[in-house]
Amino acid sequence: MSDVDLTTDLAGLALPNPVMTASGCAAAGRELDQFFDVAELGAVVTKSIMRDPRSGRPTPRMAETPSGMLNSIGLQGPGIDAFLADDLPWLVQRGARTVVSIAGSSVGEYAELAGRVGKSAGVSAIEVNISCPNVENRGLVFACDPTQASTVIAAVRPEVPAEIPVFAKLSPDVTDIVTIAESVMSAGATGLSMINTLLGIAIDPDTLRPVLGGVTGGLSGPAIRPVALRCVWQVHAAMPDVPIIGIGGIRTGFDALEFLLAGATAVQVGTVIFHDPGAPMRVVAGLAGELAARGFGKPAEVVGLAHRGGDVA
Amino acid sequence: MGHEMTMRPSESVTHPADAGADRGPLQTGAEVVSIRPTGEYVLLTLRAPGVAERTRPGQFAALAVGGPGSSMLLRRAFSIHRVDAETDTVEIVFAVHGKGTAWLAELRPGDSVDVAAPLGRPFELPEQPTSCVLVAGGYGSAPMFGLAERLRERDCAVHLVLGAASEPRLFGVAEAERVADSVTVTTEDGSVGRRGRVTNALPDLIRRAQVRAAYACGPMAMLRAVADVAARHDLPSQCAVEEAMACGVGVCMTCVLPVVGDDGRTRMTRSCVDGPVFAGHRVHWDAIGTIPDETVGAPSEGGR
Repeated sequence: MSDVDLTTDLAGLALPNPVMTASGCAAAGRELDQFFDVAELGAVVTKSIMRDPRSGRPTPRMAETPSGMLNSIGLQGPGIDAFLADDLPWLVQRGARTVVSIAGSSVGEYAELAGRVGKSAGVSAIEVNISCPNVENRGLVFACDPTQASTVIAAVRPEVPAEIPVFAKLSPDVTDIVTIAESVMSAGATGLSMINTLLGIAIDPDTLRPVLGGVTGGLSGPAIRPVALRCVWQVHAAMPDVPIIGIGGIRTGFDALEFLLAGATAVQVGTVIFHDPGAPMRVVAGLAGELAARGFGKPAEVVGLAHRGGDVA
Repeated sequence: MGHEMTMRPSESVTHPADAGADRGPLQTGAEVVSIRPTGEYVLLTLRAPGVAERTRPGQFAALAVGGPGSSMLLRRAFSIHRVDAETDTVEIVFAVHGKGTAWLAELRPGDSVDVAAPLGRPFELPEQPTSCVLVAGGYGSAPMFGLAERLRERDCAVHLVLGAASEPRLFGVAEAERVADSVTVTTEDGSVGRRGRVTNALPDLIRRAQVRAAYACGPMAMLRAVADVAARHDLPSQCAVEEAMACGVGVCMTCVLPVVGDDGRTRMTRSCVDGPVFAGHRVHWDAIGTIPDETVGAPSEGGR
């Protein structure tokens, strides 16, 4: 394993390894730092920050499903002021590379957040969450419409210094994800994070009503991994030069390798953290082992390899 | 890299009443030492190095279920019953409710289970010797024995009230006398002890034993009722809540309930890291499952 070099160039960002936490699954890093050193991750991706404090949706907020879960948190958070005052400085002081996820309920809110985050010291990248399914109005899921999605990204990009990459996080709940991907890339996104959760429902056997207080929720976990891989595959096939962060049910080193083979440059570990708070660093070690076992020296060697013909070395 | 990780001290705020509780949790592959039925419950003893010495009464353990590659992703959280630092063992009590607890019930000595513990804020202890009532519903009595011992070390009088629907749903009655100055048992069907609910027994006990502090662990409805009785008698109460959790470590935001903070404002508050023990008067018991209008960031407050 010693001959594998996990360092990764993600759209100009130098990362010690290609494994990050997924937004909403690691808060702002502090809690997981009790279980492993968050500065050893490729990056910490924060829970999506909004302009104002937000209570989120009523409980119950989760339901376990086969190899996955539904959540309807509803973007509970302290708002950008508290985030910039407390959470970001902590991450910077810990030496963690930080990708700040932002979410808005209007194009203007996204632009304002991007401007404030972009001006803050210690931000490695911005991930624009245009795909959270837990909003009252499904029409506000910007990532479900190519025009709305590109409008948000076009408003965000000029607010952020050029050296800070902007990743658009996409929803799989669309007819053609390649269309959405193309629209946000032409609007100025540096790369893509794929995928956010899929909209789902679970029904309680006792009450015969939906389990979740918010009725619908986002499905995540290993159950969605094939869907996520398919999205990465399709977009990489259409736009092989676009940096992609693969997200969806990654649990093991091989799961991470799968995403790289499909065309992702980096990956995020999400729901599996709830099962195993030490999972992200286990995936880092596992990925190194999977690469070494197949004779690869760097993650970059395998990005998109599954699309290309030829024999395995 | 193995499954067991080394810890640094937690950077989170220390618990004011209990400086030993700030060392943070461990995640470890614990070995099953013993497992046996007790009434309608299962008592599981685990060898989890380092956990016992860090644990304070009221804290909980989150267990991964289903083994490696499990399709059940969410941890199951249980309050910690007894710990023994000499043998590095931790005990939990659970009821078989679903697939996850059914899997736990099938564990056998020597099996391994992934445990994160101790988690959450423990019960706060009085500074001065105080007469205390400890109220438990069902296996909510699990943390009360360790708490009783701590209180008695501080020369507090301990009055234990154990209640359940029926006798097999009581836990720990046999050892209760040893840790408490008085024990009151209630069952709703009258199968043992006083017929009725724990709260029926409280007013008289509070008066008779000159109780000055109340502790409670059990179902939400019971906690709410105990907090009400305590408030009516002008007693501080500390309630350990049972809220459904996905992670148990503070990252998922599923286990929230409306709680009034030090600044007097209501927030959706995580029961895993800000609880599970809350001051009874701080919790909006009647609003659990909703977002009260006055909550910081509530939709009506302009949070959307």
